[in-house]
Amino acid sequence: MQFSLFPKNITLFNKTRALEQQIDEFLDKVSQAGLVFSRAIEVYLVDGATDEFEAFLEQEEKIEGKGDSLRRTIELELYAQTLIPDLRGDVLRLLEDMDHLVNVYEGNLFRISIQQPEVPEQFHAGFLDLTRTVVTCVESVVLAARSFFRDMNAVRDHNAKVMFYETEADKIGTKLQRAIFGSSLPLEHKNHLRYFIERIDELANAAEDVADTLAIYAIKRRV
Amino acid sequence: MDLTIFILLGSGLFLGWSLGANDAANVFGTAVGTRMVRFGTAAAVCSIFVILGAVVSGAGASHTLGKLGSIDAIAGSFMAALAAAVTVYGMTRSGLPVSTSQAVVGAIIGWNLFSDAVTDTQALVKILLTWVACPVLAGLIAVPIFKLVEWVLGKARLHLLRLDAYTRLALIGAGAFGAYSLGANNIANVMGVFVPVSPFTDFALTERLTITSVQQLFLLGGVAIAVGVFTYSKRVMLTVGNDLMPMSPVTAWVVVVAHSIVLFLFASQGLEHFLTQTGLPAIPLVPVSSSQAVIGALIGLGLLRGGRNVRWGVLVQVGAGWVITPFCSAALCFVGLYFLQNVFDQQVHKPVRYELTPRVAVRLGEHGVPRPAYAELIGRSYESSGALLAAMTERQPLTGEQSRTAVRYAKKQPLEVSESKLTGYDFGRLSEAQRGALRQLAGQRYRYTWELAEALAALSPQWRPRPDIPSNRQFNKRLEVDLAYLARTFERRE
Repeated sequence: MQFSLFPKNITLFNKTRALEQQIDEFLDKVSQAGLVFSRAIEVYLVDGATDEFEAFLEQEEKIEGKGDSLRRTIELELYAQTLIPDLRGDVLRLLEDMDHLVNVYEGNLFRISIQQPEVPEQFHAGFLDLTRTVVTCVESVVLAARSFFRDMNAVRDHNAKVMFYETEADKIGTKLQRAIFGSSLPLEHKNHLRYFIERIDELANAAEDVADTLAIYAIKRRV
Repeated sequence: MDLTIFILLGSGLFLGWSLGANDAANVFGTAVGTRMVRFGTAAAVCSIFVILGAVVSGAGASHTLGKLGSIDAIAGSFMAALAAAVTVYGMTRSGLPVSTSQAVVGAIIGWNLFSDAVTDTQALVKILLTWVACPVLAGLIAVPIFKLVEWVLGKARLHLLRLDAYTRLALIGAGAFGAYSLGANNIANVMGVFVPVSPFTDFALTERLTITSVQQLFLLGGVAIAVGVFTYSKRVMLTVGNDLMPMSPVTAWVVVVAHSIVLFLFASQGLEHFLTQTGLPAIPLVPVSSSQAVIGALIGLGLLRGGRNVRWGVLVQVGAGWVITPFCSAALCFVGLYFLQNVFDQQVHKPVRYELTPRVAVRLGEHGVPRPAYAELIGRSYESSGALLAAMTERQPLTGEQSRTAVRYAKKQPLEVSESKLTGYDFGRLSEAQRGALRQLAGQRYRYTWELAEALAALSPQWRPRPDIPSNRQFNKRLEVDLAYLARTFERRE
């Protein structure tokens, strides 16, 4: 039996504040990963896998590394301080799902760097459009996740946007694939481009999955 | 002081222990069950505040129990507390949300039946009504508190972690209030039956602060509750925590606060005083069931959410408890008293005589008891209040008030305001004027308590009952308690 009533509670608010900041910082990393991804694709489409593109890839790796370490610290603290016992499992899964989004960003840039797909100019606009839509979709789920911590009622609004952009991304991806397979490119080239369209679209699907679980968590979080 | 007294107090301490083991879970169960508050913290806060509540505010509810039946021999108190404790244990084993209050009331009635003492129906009805009122009130209080909390949290938009930290502190705060209210309200159950036979005497700590014999008794009971909390409540907390309805920590807080407010309302003399001063109807001070207050609050919140989560079977169990608990406890007490008296040769009630002397008859006439009820009986004496009233009502039916008057005036209780007791005992609880009047009566002997009361009233206005209007009730009640204390102190054995 332990009787230390006060020492823990006095420091509790300081630790709580620090942990709140770490969670915010972690979600910032997910947003940043999207911005870097978006810029890297723009650069690749114009100039190919140049040094500038590789610099973006390196930046993405750093963001991913920092995000991982933040997530581990947060998870350890939540357990060590036995915080939010009723919602701890949900929060841990949310953080891991968000971390997965960063991994997908990073993984896609890696694949591009290794396989260097050749994107004919007539498809640049489609790829750019798809990229911006999935990044906006992920950004919306980041906002939904922030709301889960601070303003539960707003989760629903952000989730609605996630659903919208996910559908948009599907439409853009389908249209782009039709255009590619309707072109005179060799089949292996068409398949290569299709592979990347699917990989990029996967981001929107993953974001939608997170939004779905967030909606459940939000109901559980109700007072 | 006789050692057997402490052995006999043992059953009360056992009852206190079981109260601590079970009812502490109502206050801290969800907090500990959901790991929001550590058991050590919960147990420490709970113990401290239970003891504080018992000693500081415990007197109010025990007064009402005392009216129901005043057990006048310590072996009788022992059996009443034992019967209640065994009933609580048995009911808990069979999974019913049992109430210590109901078991104790049953035991007192069992004693009344055994000793042929009249049960004060007015006090009994008052107690029965509060049993129903307690869960209903808890539900009615929980709903607006919940709505308010929901609104405030919606506006405040606290971070999940900040909310978590605040909720922990709030749960500890509500738990402390809950434990205080539990101690104040339910100590009457644990030690109430021992109040008339308290082996302790008052002593003054300072000029103004006196620890009364009753407070010492309540301190002992409070410690027994605390021991129950530390030794056994952990497993109850961990299992009971989410038993009734899955709750978020904030909902748990609302339930604990509603429960605590209800227990506090039924225990606070300060609030009673305030209400009567402002001319509002006072809430009766009665020991109520902590478990049923929690159930009431939960059902209130369940209904607020459309009633789908409410397990209505629990209500049936509560209703069954209202009937079965007192009945079992009364039967056990009755049988136990029979064995204690006839097999173990213990005195379980004092042989009190009720006499209808001409002097008593005059008083009865003055207080509105119809003459045909006692005119033929003057000169006779009876072995119990039951026998007295049976004889009187045979001749003329009496109202409840008239019955109480007859019993009060006919009860023979020889008293002597002896010099040695006047100097040997501590009368710090009395005012200067009251003590002055008492000293003037040194050496006097009385046959009835009311004679002493009248003699004191003639000497000082501080001893005179005031007209029965709400603002005077507090004073009159206090006067009653003081006179009962004098009657115990100056009792003369013949």
